[in-house]
Amino acid sequence: MPINYYIFLAIALFCIGVAGVLTRRNAIIIFMCVELMLNAVNLLLVAFSKMHHEALAATNPQAGIDGQIFVFFIMVVAAAEVSVGLAIIVMLHRNTHSVDVNFLNRLKH
Amino acid sequence: MLNTLIPLVPLLPLIGFLVNGLFRQSLPKSLSGLIGCLSVLASFVLSLLIFQEFGTAGSEAITVRLFDFLSVGSVNVPFGFQVDQLTIVFLLIITGVGFLIHWYSFAYMHDENPAQFARYFSFLNLFVFSMLLLVMGSNYLILFAGWEGVGLCSYLLIGYWFEKTEYAQAAKKAFVMNRIGDLGFLIALFWMQARFGSLSFGTVFAKASGIPTLAITGICLLLLLGATGKSAQIPLYTWLPDAMAGPTPVSALIHAATMVTAGVYLIARSHALFDLAPVAQTMVAIIGLATTLLAASIALKQNDIKKVLAYSTISQLGYMFLGLGVGAYTGAVFHVMTHAFFKALLFLGAGSVIHALQEQDMRRMGGLRKWLPVTHITFLLACLAIAGIPPFSGFFSKDEILSAAYARNPLYYVLGLAGSLMTAFYMFRLYAMTFLGQFRGEAHPQHPIQESPPAMTVPLIILAVLAVTGGFLGIPAVFVTDGHLLGRYLAPVLAGARPPVEVPASTELMLMGLSAGLALATLIWATSRFSRKPDLREPRGLGRLLANKWWIDELYNTLVTRPLNALARFMNDILEKSVIDWLINGIGRLVLYGSRQIRLLQSGQVGGYVLLMVVGLVILFLIQLFLKK
Repeated sequence: MPINYYIFLAIALFCIGVAGVLTRRNAIIIFMCVELMLNAVNLLLVAFSKMHHEALAATNPQAGIDGQIFVFFIMVVAAAEVSVGLAIIVMLHRNTHSVDVNFLNRLKH
Repeated sequence: MLNTLIPLVPLLPLIGFLVNGLFRQSLPKSLSGLIGCLSVLASFVLSLLIFQEFGTAGSEAITVRLFDFLSVGSVNVPFGFQVDQLTIVFLLIITGVGFLIHWYSFAYMHDENPAQFARYFSFLNLFVFSMLLLVMGSNYLILFAGWEGVGLCSYLLIGYWFEKTEYAQAAKKAFVMNRIGDLGFLIALFWMQARFGSLSFGTVFAKASGIPTLAITGICLLLLLGATGKSAQIPLYTWLPDAMAGPTPVSALIHAATMVTAGVYLIARSHALFDLAPVAQTMVAIIGLATTLLAASIALKQNDIKKVLAYSTISQLGYMFLGLGVGAYTGAVFHVMTHAFFKALLFLGAGSVIHALQEQDMRRMGGLRKWLPVTHITFLLACLAIAGIPPFSGFFSKDEILSAAYARNPLYYVLGLAGSLMTAFYMFRLYAMTFLGQFRGEAHPQHPIQESPPAMTVPLIILAVLAVTGGFLGIPAVFVTDGHLLGRYLAPVLAGARPPVEVPASTELMLMGLSAGLALATLIWATSRFSRKPDLREPRGLGRLLANKWWIDELYNTLVTRPLNALARFMNDILEKSVIDWLINGIGRLVLYGSRQIRLLQSGQVGGYVLLMVVGLVILFLIQLFLKK
């Protein structure tokens, strides 16, 4: 498949993620949207890595491998982030009985 | 041997300054006076040793390099001393006359309280240190450092009694006028550094002949501007009469014997440059001559004893400049020396009179011969010396300059002679009004007029001996072959200088006879006239013009001071307040307003932040897309 399809899909996913973060107030949904953006990036990395590998495999069998490794790193970091983020949301819910981020502007006052 | 002695000469007065200056609150008067006097005496002894050693060691200039004063890129100025015959002559004058004046001050200033007394001596020592630095520096920058130092000390000492506003004003005036000259000197320094790549005397003089005449002339004229400031020549002379606000020994040391001769030293030292710039040399001669005549004419009608001496100093400095301008460098240095003797003596004698009477106005003096015998005799000798009566010292030095002037241009001689006759006239007017005739002041029964203590009269006597015999160091060749000891001594330094044109012996004798005879006639006339009928009435006509100093001070006030003050007021009231303040406050207000608006962005809404982030990213993308193409 041409690389363009992957790129357009990734852009679409990323924009959905951004729009979700901007418009939604529910913390969990925002969280999911952030994950969506991360995955859009992961998708791009994998796609480009595959493309490079196909182009350069003749001379260098290792070409494009680092992109895939990078994706694993991102997944690990995202998992760690999710655990921290969900813990925060749990604490938020305990304190405010809501997961609405608009209640999180206490520092302003 | 010499290399260790030379740095000690200026070091000792510096130590004296530091000790007296730092411990002035705790030192008793006798101790601070002793430190002040002994440090200068020790310098004098060292100078004598150097003089002796140097005579046996040969005639090459000795340079002692202590450390790098300035080392930036290609500019390297060492802090070093250079000693040659010219320097030694000045060393002996400065430390010798300086010591006598320190000694005299000890008694003259005895009414001051101990802290002030120590302050006075510390300033005096700092002055001697700076002056030594000036004449000993091995390059123009060290010379300039000393030059500024003496200017500072002059300011400090003129304003010694700074509680009186007018004295503080006089000090300020002296400082500002000196600064104008110093600016010229400073520009000359930069120019020299750019042209010669060095400021040390040896390099500059060696390279001078390869530089275009225009540049040399420019440098010389700027140096001359510096010299007119320090040596009180036209147009920067008006500070010197006002400088008489300082204590009288200060006037004797700084404003007569040493500091004001710094300009003469500068030009004599730079003779290699001036010889290449005939225009600048003629300028020196003309300024000297004009100053001589102007100052002498003003001195004719002054009634303050110190003012007469101040104008007389300016006039004599004019002679020195005339000598420098006509190429008689030896004559100029010779006149510096004899002038140091007799003018210091005149000032100290005037100080003795002021000390006895607490009065400076000659109209309320008269007949002091009876009460002040020592002062009277020494003062008379000094008057004879300055009037140029043979065989007193002034005769030899002045006539050397005048005969060199005659050789250059007979008009110089005629005008110089006129100045010399005026000198004889005003000096003997001063003498007759002070010491002869009847006492016109009010007698204080509780303060009878009495001779000053020996601490003051002994320096007077020593200076009188020098003023009488000093001339024999430079007997002209028409009397004794090779009799000009000073000329022979200075010859190696001034060897490169164009020798002054020789006058035939018969002409020279005739000129001498003419000037001496006329001076004698003038002094007899002045003495007899003013001892019988002192000059008490209000001056009229030309006399009024002279008594008011040709209204030069008023002219400067109108032309320079007032416009500058008006400009300063404009800058202060209009430009500063309404333009600059408005601008600065406006910037402040703008920042305040802007921050108040930008603060609204910090809403605490996470969504808002993210939105801004996204907008920013989009803008960056757009820039990347459209602008980087």
